[in-house]
Amino acid sequence: MREHIDSVKTYAFVFVALLALTALTTLVAEVDMGPLNVAVALLIAVIKMLLVALFFMHLRHSPVLTKVMVCGGLLWLFILMVLTMADFVSRNWLPVPGV
Amino acid sequence: MASHTETVALREQFETAGQQKEASTLGMWIFLVTEVMFFGGLFLAYMVYRGLFPDIFSTASNTLNIVIGAVNTAVLLCSSFTMVLAVHAAQIGSRKAIVVFLILTMLLGGVFLGVKAYEWNEKFEEHHVPGPSFNLENMAPDKQGHAQLFFSLYFAMTGLHALHMIIGEGLLLFLLFHAYAGKYTPKYYTPVDIGGLYWHFVDIIWIFLFPLLYLIGRHHH
Repeated sequence: MREHIDSVKTYAFVFVALLALTALTTLVAEVDMGPLNVAVALLIAVIKMLLVALFFMHLRHSPVLTKVMVCGGLLWLFILMVLTMADFVSRNWLPVPGV
Repeated sequence: MASHTETVALREQFETAGQQKEASTLGMWIFLVTEVMFFGGLFLAYMVYRGLFPDIFSTASNTLNIVIGAVNTAVLLCSSFTMVLAVHAAQIGSRKAIVVFLILTMLLGGVFLGVKAYEWNEKFEEHHVPGPSFNLENMAPDKQGHAQLFFSLYFAMTGLHALHMIIGEGLLLFLLFHAYAGKYTPKYYTPVDIGGLYWHFVDIIWIFLFPLLYLIGRHHH
């Protein structure tokens, strides 16, 4: 089976990008941006995750079925987080006795 | 039903070697998806309690050393780089390079674990380990319980991550022996490939652990 082999140069670029993003997220954390701090930190983490998954884990060259599985996993994680947080965030919204 | 001589790259039940490799790779990805849910539960617990006690969690988080955390993150990213180079070496059939890069990956992973042990030891000495001797300085007695919650999650999440790293080191050692014995060729290097997937996954978990535990709330007052 002939598969696409990425070059060492590609991996090196991704590695340097990952280090740069790590430095960036560490420096930005020291700047007070209020609620934006969390959003920026998570955004940078997601970008780093995508770089590792797409390039180091070869997801960009993977069969569609693999990509579907990964998206499915992320979707399930999303459901876990969103439904649970929706519960917590909406507590005390209604005057229900005992809550 | 295809009939062919069984080899390690093309076992009896598969039509082609490509199909076999895809099946193995998909299997590892599905396992990693279950691991996402495994860690996801802890991340969720952290989200909920951070949402409930933002100030206390922020103060507790600020006792962690951000420089050590960042350096450790870089060390792990480096190990992911050497890991993908090991896979690349297998793809082009360079036995020596596979061995070298696997050893480098294991060493960098070892450095990460060593730094983690140092950090944990620091927490022990500062009385930040949840339990009878827990005390977070300058925090009111009625808030100590909530502060302990941060550290419970800190030890649980970094501990579970460290356990995965130790298992990863075991897997790498296994790969190292087989690579040295010349078992991996461009025609068959699936174990190196899926070992790499596991290692990169553990790296991704840390990519999220670092900002959530060390960075958020540096200025929350």
